[in-house]
Amino acid sequence: MILKGRVWKFGDSISTDDITPGRFFHLRSNLPELAKHTLEDVREDFAKNVKKNDIIVAGKNFGLGSSREHAARVFKVLGVSCIIAKSFARIFFRNCINIGMPLIELKEVDKINDGDILEIELENGIIKNQTSSESYKFLQLPTFVLNIVKHGGIEEVIRKFGNIEV
Amino acid sequence: MGKTLIEKIISENVGRDVASGEIVLVRPDIAFVQDGTGPLMINEFQNMQFKEIKAHKTFLFCDHAFPSPRKELSNTQKQMFKFAEKYNSKIFYACEGISHQIIYENYAVPGNIITGADSHTCSLGCLGCLATGMGSTDVAIAFGLGKVWMKVPETIKVKLEKTLKTGVTAKDVILCFIGKIGADGAIYKALEFTGSFIKNTTMEERFTLCNMAVECGAKTGIVPPDEITLKFLKERNREVDISSLTPDENAEYSQMIEIDVSEIEPVVACPHRVDNIKKVKELDKVKVDQVFIGTCTNGRISDLRMAAEVIKRQKKSSWVKFIVVPASKEVYKQAIKEGLIDIFLDFGAMVLPPGCGPCVGTHEGVLADGEVALSTQNRNFKGRMGNPNSEIYLASPLTAAASAITGYITDPREFL
Ligand code: SF4
Repeated sequence: MILKGRVWKFGDSISTDDITPGRFFHLRSNLPELAKHTLEDVREDFAKNVKKNDIIVAGKNFGLGSSREHAARVFKVLGVSCIIAKSFARIFFRNCINIGMPLIELKEVDKINDGDILEIELENGIIKNQTSSESYKFLQLPTFVLNIVKHGGIEEVIRKFGNIEV
Repeated sequence: MGKTLIEKIISENVGRDVASGEIVLVRPDIAFVQDGTGPLMINEFQNMQFKEIKAHKTFLFCDHAFPSPRKELSNTQKQMFKFAEKYNSKIFYACEGISHQIIYENYAVPGNIITGADSHTCSLGCLGCLATGMGSTDVAIAFGLGKVWMKVPETIKVKLEKTLKTGVTAKDVILCFIGKIGADGAIYKALEFTGSFIKNTTMEERFTLCNMAVECGAKTGIVPPDEITLKFLKERNREVDISSLTPDENAEYSQMIEIDVSEIEPVVACPHRVDNIKKVKELDKVKVDQVFIGTCTNGRISDLRMAAEVIKRQKKSSWVKFIVVPASKEVYKQAIKEGLIDIFLDFGAMVLPPGCGPCVGTHEGVLADGEVALSTQNRNFKGRMGNPNSEIYLASPLTAAASAITGYITDPREFL
C-alpha cells in the first residue's frame, strides 16, 4: 500500500472533543454533517479545505478523551488517508484500526511541516518527505492489526469470514 | 514468571496463560453502550449482519442527554429502545443513572471482563474487573460475536501510602497522580492501585481513582479485590470467590510509582488539560460562574455528603449557578432520605435528575462565552461543556462546594 498526500500539521494532545465537539452530539447519526465541523475549534479551515488522500501529522497523545468512534470516522468521511503522530490515545487507535484507517507512530514528526507532501510505503515502514527530501522509518503495526487495516476495517473482515481470529 | 492481576483475569477468560504484549480474543462478561455511542453500535451490528446477541450481559444506557434536549437525539434514543426490545437486551430509559454507576451498583463482580462504548468504563476496576472503554464497532462485535480483540496490557503498580489530611479526597489523589505522570503517562497500560491508603479506602473512593485512569491514557485501573470489596458485594447479594484474584508476588510490572498521600493538598486541574494541576491555594483569585457536583467521577452518596457538610448553614454566592446531579437513582433516593437534597435546595442549588448532566456539553448547563466552571467531573478539555469560549477547572466535591459559597476557587478547609 502506497499513500501520498499533503500534510495537515497539529500539535500535542488533540482530544476527541477537539475533533468532534460534544455540542454536535445531535449530528452523530449524520456523519457527513458532523464531518464539516471536524477540528473546527483548533483550525477553522481544516474541514473546508482538506482534500482526498491528505495526511494528518500530530504530536503526542492524538485522540485522547472519549470513546466516540465518530472522531475516527469523520477523518475517513473527509478522505484523510493516514494519521501520523508521536503517540495515539488507546481507544482512538482501536477505532481507527477498526474502520481501516492506517496509523503510524513516528518519533520525527517535528521534522514534518504543514503543507509537506509525503509518500508512505505502509508495508516497508518508510515515509518519504518529497518537500524536504528526507525519509523516516517507522515500526510496522502488529500483523493482526495491519491485516484489519488492509481489509478496509473489521466490519469487512467479519462480513467476509463471519468471525475474527488472532 | 508471576502474573499481574490483569494477566490473571485474561488468562482465566481465554483458558490459557497469557502475558502482556499478546493480542487475544476475550469473551466479555458485560458489554454496553450509551446514547452517544449506541446508535452507531446498532448501525454496525446491522452492517455486520449479526442476527442475535451472543454476549453474556448487554445493556443500553440513556444517560448522556436524557430526557432528550432535541429531536435528533430523541430519534436515536428511540432507535436504541427498539433495538433493546427486538434483541432482548436491557435498556435504561428513565434517568436511572450513569452506566458505570448502575453496573457498579447492580452487576459487576471481581474478575469480570467489561467492554463499554464509553471511555470511563475503566471505573469498574474498583471492583477488581478488567473494564475498558472501546468504540461502537468493537462493542457491536462484542454484542454479536460475544468476543472482542484486546492486547494484554503491561501494568504500572501505583503504591498509595499513608492517610489523607482533612479536606483532601481521593479526587485530589488521582488528580495529583495524573499531574505527575501526564495525560499520556500510561498509554496502553493498566494501573494497579495498592498500598496502605488503598487498604483503608471505601469502594466509592476506589471508584473515583479507577474512573480517571483513562485520563493518563491507561487502558484501565484496577484495585485487587479484598475484604472491603467482599463486604460491598455481600450487602448486595453478589458475593463471589476472590481467592484467585491476587497479583503474584513476582509479577512483572513495567513501572512502580509510590505516592505518600499525606503530603497531598486540595488541587484543581486547570484549563484545558487534566494534567495541568495546581494547588487550590494558588488559585483563589479565579472567579467561577458555575459549580457542578456530579458525574461518574464524583456523583455518589459520599460525594453529596461531603458537599452538603460544607454548604449547610452557609449562603451561596449570588452569581454562582450551582448544579447537583446524583450519579444514579439509588444515590438520589438515599440523598433524599438523608436530607441532603433539602440542604442543596435551601442553599440555592439546581438538583437535576440522575445522569451525566452538563458533563459532556449537550444539555443542562451549557456555559456562556467567557464563563468559568468548577466541576467534579473528569475532563476539562476545551469545549467539553458545550462552549469552546469557556473554561473548566476540575476539583473535589469539597472544593466545589466551598467555591459555590465564595464564588471563587476556594480551599475547602476554610469551611471544615
Ligand atoms: S458523567 Fe461525564 S464522564 Fe461520566 S459517563 Fe457521563 S459524560 Fe462520560
